[in-house]
Amino acid sequence: MYGVRSWLIGGTLMMALVAAPPDGTAKPVPDSIKLDALENLYDSVKFNHSKHIMLVKDCAECHHHTTGTLVEDKNCVRCHKNSGATTTVACRGCHILQPFSAQAMREKNKNAYHSDKPGLKGAYHQNCMGCHAKTGGPTGCQDCHPLKKTGEAFYNTGGYAPKQTADKGKHGGH
Amino acid sequence: MKRRDFLKGCMICGTAATLGVSKKSWGAGSFEGYPEGMGVLVDLTKCVGCRSCEAACNKEQKLPEPDRPFTDPSVFEEKRRPTERALTVVNRYDTKNENGSAGGPVYRKIQCNHCNEPACLTSCFVNAYTKTKEGAVVYNPKICVGCRNCMIACPFNVPGYSYSSAFNPVVKKCIFCYDTRLKFGKPPACVEICPQEVLTFGHRKDLLKIANERIKETPDRYVDHVFGEKEVGGTSWLYLSGKPFEQVGFDTTIGNDPIISNVKEFLGTVPMVLAIWPALFTGFHLLSTRNKDHGDHGHDHEKKEEGKQ
Repeated sequence: MYGVRSWLIGGTLMMALVAAPPDGTAKPVPDSIKLDALENLYDSVKFNHSKHIMLVKDCAECHHHTTGTLVEDKNCVRCHKNSGATTTVACRGCHILQPFSAQAMREKNKNAYHSDKPGLKGAYHQNCMGCHAKTGGPTGCQDCHPLKKTGEAFYNTGGYAPKQTADKGKHGGH
Repeated sequence: MKRRDFLKGCMICGTAATLGVSKKSWGAGSFEGYPEGMGVLVDLTKCVGCRSCEAACNKEQKLPEPDRPFTDPSVFEEKRRPTERALTVVNRYDTKNENGSAGGPVYRKIQCNHCNEPACLTSCFVNAYTKTKEGAVVYNPKICVGCRNCMIACPFNVPGYSYSSAFNPVVKKCIFCYDTRLKFGKPPACVEICPQEVLTFGHRKDLLKIANERIKETPDRYVDHVFGEKEVGGTSWLYLSGKPFEQVGFDTTIGNDPIISNVKEFLGTVPMVLAIWPALFTGFHLLSTRNKDHGDHGHDHEKKEEGKQ
């Protein structure tokens, strides 16, 4: 009655509002993330987030339910049947850097259901390498983060490798 | 004379009884660990054989330079054991599936298991070993005489020996980073560096709960057994495995009795025996010579002399 144009404008406006993200915490999704927790031994990892988004598609593979994906794992569904998106999405938001430091041990709640939660290093390596092993991605230590000089000294490798003599390695292992 | 003998008998038997049934010695062998004892849960389904733990131990304990770099996987070609230069080693085991086909490689970290009733401590006659209340089994290399009894006693063949030293060879083994870390509540170096978090640090009691919880949540992933929960009286380093433990280099025949049980009953009766046997055999002697002439053997030589004269 008020004309097709009004209907069109009203309809489009309603569609735009409904199709907006359900929670008000729409953070920008980073393209590339620098992971530098092991900086004393290794160069930082330049993690190509957008490439992984395109390859994996399902955010839940790495982010559990925190980006809004429905929970399916039978061990998680017991409590997280209706869990949706959360404010904390980044791995380091829940997986702490030093899970066994004296302070972390003191503050740990042993009765919490996630008391077996891995720390940040464990979460990265178990998640990333677990998937890479199945899909043919990089699994070597230096494939993702090359050793620095301090790292080479730590592992007695590269420039710090033990000098090779003729019978090295044949004895000395009692 | 009868009253004196009666009192002597009472004293001797009383001493024997109190010595023989000392509660502390008979209690040995049922110790379940100090309540604050720490431990480490090793999840063999996660280890990838990167050997970072070996490198970390080498640096933390100031061990000599290794023969080969810690990034070199060729060391896995032969099975290694802890030595004076490597207090922890990682071995690779090629496993078989149930149907006989080749399973994947499983990597296992070997180090002192810090038993609740350590065999090394039991066997050490100079008391060089101590089971600390934090759970670590440590030793004093200055007291060690280098006899290597502990190397024989250890059911896991862990203690290494400084064969390289000509004048002062002593035993060397993992000490749970006690001096530098555990005393202050910090995790050992190997636990801190492990990228895959194969090693979980915590109170032994909590680790048992975590281990059983892991088995319960993912029963297809693990063998339903926590190695070290009961073996040889319980160890502080516990293992979870996805493949049967015999395939991964564990000795599953060691049993649940702590090594001290092999000698506990025998050694516990020694004081009693030392007190009772003299009294008992004196009694037998007196009984058997009751009606004979007693006082002669002291005077024999006098009579002989008289006879000669």
